[in-house]
Amino acid sequence: MKTCLVVDDSKVIRKVARHILETLDFEVREAGDGREALDSCLAATPDVVLLDWNMPVMSGMDFLRALKNSGLEKRPKVVFCTTENGMAYIRAAIEAGADEYVMKPFDRETLESKLQIVGVA
Amino acid sequence: MIDHMAPSGGAMQLIGALLEQRTGQQIAANRAWRIETALKPVLRERGLPSLDALVGQLLGARSGELADQVVDVLLNQETSFFRDVAVLDQIAAAAVATQAAIGNRRLRIWSAGCSTGQEPLSLAMLFDEKADAFPMPPEIVATDVSAAALARARAGRYSQFEIQRGLPVRRMVQWFDTEGGDWVARQELVRRVQFRQQNLTADVPPPGKFDIILCRNVMLYFSLPLRRQVFDRLATAIQPGGLLVLGAGETVIGLTEHFTPSEAFRGFYRTADAESAPVAAAG
Repeated sequence: MKTCLVVDDSKVIRKVARHILETLDFEVREAGDGREALDSCLAATPDVVLLDWNMPVMSGMDFLRALKNSGLEKRPKVVFCTTENGMAYIRAAIEAGADEYVMKPFDRETLESKLQIVGVA
Repeated sequence: MIDHMAPSGGAMQLIGALLEQRTGQQIAANRAWRIETALKPVLRERGLPSLDALVGQLLGARSGELADQVVDVLLNQETSFFRDVAVLDQIAAAAVATQAAIGNRRLRIWSAGCSTGQEPLSLAMLFDEKADAFPMPPEIVATDVSAAALARARAGRYSQFEIQRGLPVRRMVQWFDTEGGDWVARQELVRRVQFRQQNLTADVPPPGKFDIILCRNVMLYFSLPLRRQVFDRLATAIQPGGLLVLGAGETVIGLTEHFTPSEAFRGFYRTADAESAPVAAAG
């Protein structure tokens, strides 16, 4: 079973994402900000991280940079999942190393499609 | 105000018959609910209280404009970018192999039943990524029975929901711009596809012969006799040894002698008359 770490400061979004991911046979872990997410990745690397952009403590972009410098042997796939839907944000995310990008709001088909693209579904 | 009483069987039958007459598509009995759901916006727009009233207008109409609208909303236009991506990758591999076999002649591909254009635009993106394999970009002709779907395809304008289904973000950024909340394909991509209106069950195919024909998830809406006719028509439009690609649940078996399963490309079919044709030799 593949593992997905859902990183979002919104409990509602985490709940919705968890529901969809569990129907796609993922084991789901949750984090409320980038710092919690980094700790979770260092404890056990998930297959994929579903990552919000704007969060307290540590943003999605800061998490991505920290992950890059973390020395993790096998980096998880990173799929941004955010309301930042402008082209500049998307380009910045790709340049920072994101593998895919989901623009909120999203549904099951969108999420499944993006997880297939990064090769984890 | 829309009348929520069940429509008469006669109204449903007439609307189903109109769709079949115009496009060959049948609505299965267990999908008849689609008629009511799909036509609700038409009833609202025209201030009609019920499907029976709509049928009354259809029967009394002097122009075909209402019938065109009814048919357009009833057509199943389900599609997405890179739908069944493994199949798309195999099509790209088949295109490269075919091009190698035909030398400098321009490869020709027909996307039959292209709906709102995601399939031919996906092909255009794939071929661009394999540009070194082609002396010139393959010619992509894309047809659909629906004028409304083709208008959307030519505009290359997609909602956030549509653009995210199947399209990898790097390709999205490379080929699309944002405009008022939608995503619009750049002209340099749209120009690579010739969009034409064509009814597979009634019109002659686009001129010339094609090396690869995609007709995915179209035949399943046709009756068996109509499928035979359409296969006959496709056979007139394909190069000897050319490849035919159908949807996952579709087959030629038992319906036509013109095509046989391809040995090289699993799930594809090639013309049956192609012992020594270049494409057959390639695949």
